[in-house]
Amino acid sequence: MKHDKILLEHGGGGLLSHDLIAQLFVPRFRNPYLERLEDSAVLNVDHRKFCFTTDSYVVSPAFFPGGNIGSLAVCGTVNDLAVCGGNPLFLSCGVIVEEGFPMASLETICDTMAEKAAQAGVQIVTGDTKVVARGAADGIFINTSGIGVIEYPSPLSVKSISPGDVIIVNGTLGDHGAAVIAAREKLSLSSDLLSDTAPLNGLIAGILQVSPHVHCMRDATRGGLGAILAEIAQAAQMRIDIDEKNMPIQDNVRGICEILGFDPLYLANEGKIVVFCAESDARTVLQTMQQHPYGRNAALIGRVGSSTPGRVVLKTIIGGERMIDLPTGELVPRIC
Amino acid sequence: MKFIDEYRDPALVAGFLNHISSAAKRLARPVTIMEICGSHTYAIGRFGIRKLLPDSIRLISGPGCPVCVTSARDVELALYLASQPNVIFATFGDMLRVPGTGGDSLQKKRAEGADVRVVSSADECIGMALSHPQKEVVMMGIGFETTAPTIAAVVTACRKKAINNFSVFSVHKIVPPAISALLADLQLNIDGFLCPGHVSTMIGAEAYRMIADAGLAAAITGFEPVDIVEGIWLILQQIENRQTDVAIQYSRGVRPEGNVRAMALLESVFEITDASWRGLGVIPQSGLVMRAEFAAFDALKKFAIPDIHSQDIPGCGCGDILRGIKLPHDCPLFRKVCTPVNPVGPCMVSSEGTCSAYYKYY
Repeated sequence: MKHDKILLEHGGGGLLSHDLIAQLFVPRFRNPYLERLEDSAVLNVDHRKFCFTTDSYVVSPAFFPGGNIGSLAVCGTVNDLAVCGGNPLFLSCGVIVEEGFPMASLETICDTMAEKAAQAGVQIVTGDTKVVARGAADGIFINTSGIGVIEYPSPLSVKSISPGDVIIVNGTLGDHGAAVIAAREKLSLSSDLLSDTAPLNGLIAGILQVSPHVHCMRDATRGGLGAILAEIAQAAQMRIDIDEKNMPIQDNVRGICEILGFDPLYLANEGKIVVFCAESDARTVLQTMQQHPYGRNAALIGRVGSSTPGRVVLKTIIGGERMIDLPTGELVPRIC
Repeated sequence: MKFIDEYRDPALVAGFLNHISSAAKRLARPVTIMEICGSHTYAIGRFGIRKLLPDSIRLISGPGCPVCVTSARDVELALYLASQPNVIFATFGDMLRVPGTGGDSLQKKRAEGADVRVVSSADECIGMALSHPQKEVVMMGIGFETTAPTIAAVVTACRKKAINNFSVFSVHKIVPPAISALLADLQLNIDGFLCPGHVSTMIGAEAYRMIADAGLAAAITGFEPVDIVEGIWLILQQIENRQTDVAIQYSRGVRPEGNVRAMALLESVFEITDASWRGLGVIPQSGLVMRAEFAAFDALKKFAIPDIHSQDIPGCGCGDILRGIKLPHDCPLFRKVCTPVNPVGPCMVSSEGTCSAYYKYY
């Protein structure tokens, strides 16, 4: 069915977002860089490879346990560059702020951005500010773009994934989504929930240094691990098998999911990557992750196969099976 | 995690599956069990239970997803109320995408400017009404005996606090009359019922006596994997022993008499009336409307309701699916025209809906 108006669900990272990109944006902007539809565009300039990405942040509330819209705006873009194998160098920062927004909050957000940029080793080198009338935006929206240099010799892409690859995540799933939901719903029972927002370029550089057979990486943001795997299985035309008992999920995240009826596999992360690598590199990648502060709970969660291409099958905790598909419906809007 | 992992223990599940498998062998005939409640349908899919059962045990889904059984007319009424000026329409999230007769939905109404808000709990409406004194907050009261007392509590609280800009559009339904209607349906071929755990915490075990009286097995069952496989085993035991009863598997939540206080609260605000169920038609004495003394909180009394045109969606198999006569795969629209993104029928919209669970998990 064609929609004649934009629905919130079009921005949810699920099937409708997918359709919007595939049917509206890509045909109009079509070029080989865009068509890859990965987290960053990979550009060849004078025999050097650069990656370039952009992301807008509209999270509500702008402040949540474990971070704020500023930490997301830096880490999200840094991570989009890093998962493409890039060493992030420069960011831009566009701020759209609503009339009446507290100056002190803007200061805090910018302090956080500066702190995260320093931690990631990137510089914010250009920016733009727009103030809109009260009601024309919800507090503050931030857009960041970023540029990085790619040194890793083999291309990191969905196309490089092959049967037999293992799938590794660097830690517990759904932390960011659960923290934002808890902040939004003012659930006092889960005061220890923290967003996992973190710049992962250091962790990723460490992995790429020791593992020659990394094939693809993604940061599991909007739509969570479930959406990312469903997308990759489709794009790579491979089958993905994952095992529920190996999924690292914190008890407090499971708790909030049980109460509110969410599936942690579909909750957003802001400091989690999914790595596809050759089985021979599995142990090295896992160990490298586990030695890094952002990878202590890293786990091998699944494998790539060749039967029934396009499908993601989860082995449930009791040994049953279920399909993991792109999320539909408005899971949790404005999570990042 | 405590109180969850114990009920998902693979070894315990395997033990019950062994019992089930032996019982199925001894019975040596197909056994059909209906899970009445949408939460069971969801859990069975989520944990992949169907595939772990012997082929001769068939699980079918019943009419226990509140969104799915909401009639086309009630969906139209919700769309009408949500479009009224100065209204904040509060609803549980599952209703957002249910398509009306003309393809409209609350989600689309919201994109067109209607103030539709998703709540996780009805008591969020109290704060909403207090902070928007110039607006009318209309809560869509949907659900069975588990949800209705919470709405009744909010209505009672609003009356006490003299909050006058809050009303409820009640499409609440009660479960036992729907089961009686199923039992009277000659097309049905069911050996036993997995009865809903949560509803039973409210209405107790005796409310299902008519199932045992009709010679069919029943087990009030919780929603975790161990609960569900134990419930199935209890049903098979009753069939094997030819002794039907209402077993309480979910004994950590259900007392034989139910939750007397919650039911008293429900009855103080609502009274029972005939109600139209999608797929099942009008079932006598199966719906809840607000009592006359709460007319000030009854959206259907506060707003002038015009004649509303509605019709069931042509070709949609939800009706037969809700009665357990068809499986989603038997519906010509399933997966082809009707998908979670563009749901044609309500069983595809709600996460508890049979079609949605089948689409997602099988």
